[in-house]
Amino acid sequence: MAKQTKINWSKHSQLIVPLLSIALIVLFNAFRDPSFFSIEITTNNAGSTVLTGNLISILNGASELAILAMGMTLVTAACGGQDISVGALAAIAGSVFVKVLRAGEITPVTIALGFVACCVVAMAFGAFNGTLVSAFKIQPMIATLVLFTCGRSVAYWINGGATPTVESPLINAIGSFIPGVPVPTPILIVIVTAIVLALVFRFTSLGLYTQAVGINQRAARLNGINTTMIKLLSFMILGVCCAIAGVIAVSRLSLINHETLLLDIEMDAILAVAIGGNALSGGKFKIAGSVLGAYAIQALTITLYAMKVPSTDVKAYKAIVIILIVVIGSPVVKAKLSQLWKKIKEGKQGKEAVRA
Amino acid sequence: MKKFAALLLAMLLVLTMTVGSAMAEVTVGIVNNPPSESGYREANVKDFEAVFSAENGYTAKTYYSLKNDEQLAAAQQFITDGVDYLLISAAETTGWDAVLTSAQENGIPVFLFDRMIACDESLYEAAVVSDMANQGKLAVEWLIAQNLEAYNIIHIQGAMGSDAQIGRTGALDAQVAANDNWKLVVQQTATWDEAEAKKITESVINSKEAFNIIYAENDGMAKGAVAALDEAGISHGVNGDVIVMGFDCNRWALRELLAGNWNYDGQCSPFQAQVISDLIQKLEAGEALNLESKKIISEEKGFDAKTLTQEDIDTYGLGE
Repeated sequence: MAKQTKINWSKHSQLIVPLLSIALIVLFNAFRDPSFFSIEITTNNAGSTVLTGNLISILNGASELAILAMGMTLVTAACGGQDISVGALAAIAGSVFVKVLRAGEITPVTIALGFVACCVVAMAFGAFNGTLVSAFKIQPMIATLVLFTCGRSVAYWINGGATPTVESPLINAIGSFIPGVPVPTPILIVIVTAIVLALVFRFTSLGLYTQAVGINQRAARLNGINTTMIKLLSFMILGVCCAIAGVIAVSRLSLINHETLLLDIEMDAILAVAIGGNALSGGKFKIAGSVLGAYAIQALTITLYAMKVPSTDVKAYKAIVIILIVVIGSPVVKAKLSQLWKKIKEGKQGKEAVRA
Repeated sequence: MKKFAALLLAMLLVLTMTVGSAMAEVTVGIVNNPPSESGYREANVKDFEAVFSAENGYTAKTYYSLKNDEQLAAAQQFITDGVDYLLISAAETTGWDAVLTSAQENGIPVFLFDRMIACDESLYEAAVVSDMANQGKLAVEWLIAQNLEAYNIIHIQGAMGSDAQIGRTGALDAQVAANDNWKLVVQQTATWDEAEAKKITESVINSKEAFNIIYAENDGMAKGAVAALDEAGISHGVNGDVIVMGFDCNRWALRELLAGNWNYDGQCSPFQAQVISDLIQKLEAGEALNLESKKIISEEKGFDAKTLTQEDIDTYGLGE
């Protein structure tokens, strides 16, 4: 029985760091302002009953980041490197979405069409990144630097105008609330995306193969895994994640500013993967960890805003907290901690033995 | 072979020069920021393309970059090419002395537009610019005229240190400091990012602090703030609880004003080309400019949702 729990613990030990960091932020807020996490029911300007409050703001605001972190985890696991072009790619995808919507009237059909179009485009760009990484064996960060540099210009070319707008109640339904549903739609989209990914992992061997490629590429190939394909696939899945994130970001404000849309989000996405306890050098991974990491980052940002820390300083404060989280999660500290734990345990056992 | 190539090149050069001079009388070199920068820039570039066109007797050479060093190199190239006039909207205010001196030595008059350059006044003929501080003043004056009992303001700033931010913040800061019933509930920069503006507004709403004014330093950020109000069920605009103010006069923003969803939009005029063209025509006619000041300030307005007309949108709106 004892053995059983021990195994379970070690199986999920990866999630301890992100859970701990979220718990810390929650605890800090509970002392600072107990009403911080209160959720309220109000009527929004569209006339439907909705939930508001900081907790909703955190869950809602982290949606794009959470979705990107899912894809980023896969790329990290398979390639042992990160894609720094996700923000730019989301801007491109968002632009394609806007382009399709502006071509005619906004109806559920054109929205679906726009979503499919931006998914296809984003997957193509993902495949471009993936090809550079898997076939040409270029370091992922260098390979994706190309799109990182030119992506926002490409996004501009697609629509031309600086901030094209797409006004429609249907777009509001994607970006904020579906009439009659009190939970912000982006949160629902995250849940759906997570379920789809979970099903993919449940019914295919993609997870296992990705892990195998990340741990030892040669061994994986000798076992008959098409390593090039797995890497390419991870980038294409990340492409779809970028498309979803781009569509959410565009729908939130019914406009696209290709220069600021999801700016600097690549760094937060990589951070979410790291906080989630995933090795940035690839191999074993846990998507749930990265998603928790994303919420931890957002919780931190919202807390700093609630404390009225000037937003120019927010990044510096964030950095301090992140250093703490990453250091605590580092293998060196982990090893030291487990050693300490062992000593305490042994000491206890020793004492018990003496007593006996 | 080499000789032949050189000959061909020389012939080509002569040909283009003769064709060029035959087509237009005045050649202008325009150094600007790329139209992708913002809605403002897009309108600015279009304005210059329209005024300095072949129909108006100009040959325009253009170069667009956000980088100062690339702009400098392009300006130097225009001088070497022998343009008649040099028109510059600099990416940065410093580093231009050498290029401007070189232009002066070559007898090429320089006009600055949109942005000032930190250099001696003698190096350029005139500078046609926006007065950002005046835009802030106009907005604050409008706000004072609303005669509210209390002014509890959510102030969302642009990228810190930019001309627009400093000018639009200045007037408001002064007014808040001088009056007890004016209060900044929050003053945060969203660095022109719509989504960030929404988060800042959301955090104030969640904190339950009372506010009745959103003062956003551009239209995009005002839109972000309004999205947060809409989700929380707070009414805004002409008959609403919260006054919404933006800047730049994008067409879509002015339409929000016309619909009564917003209250005020401050203009930032990108239309400087005609003023410069008029000055150039004067110089071409051999007249002296005799300007009172080399700094010519574009006339700018602030629009009130109650008095705005569709005609204003068509005339002053940027973008589509």
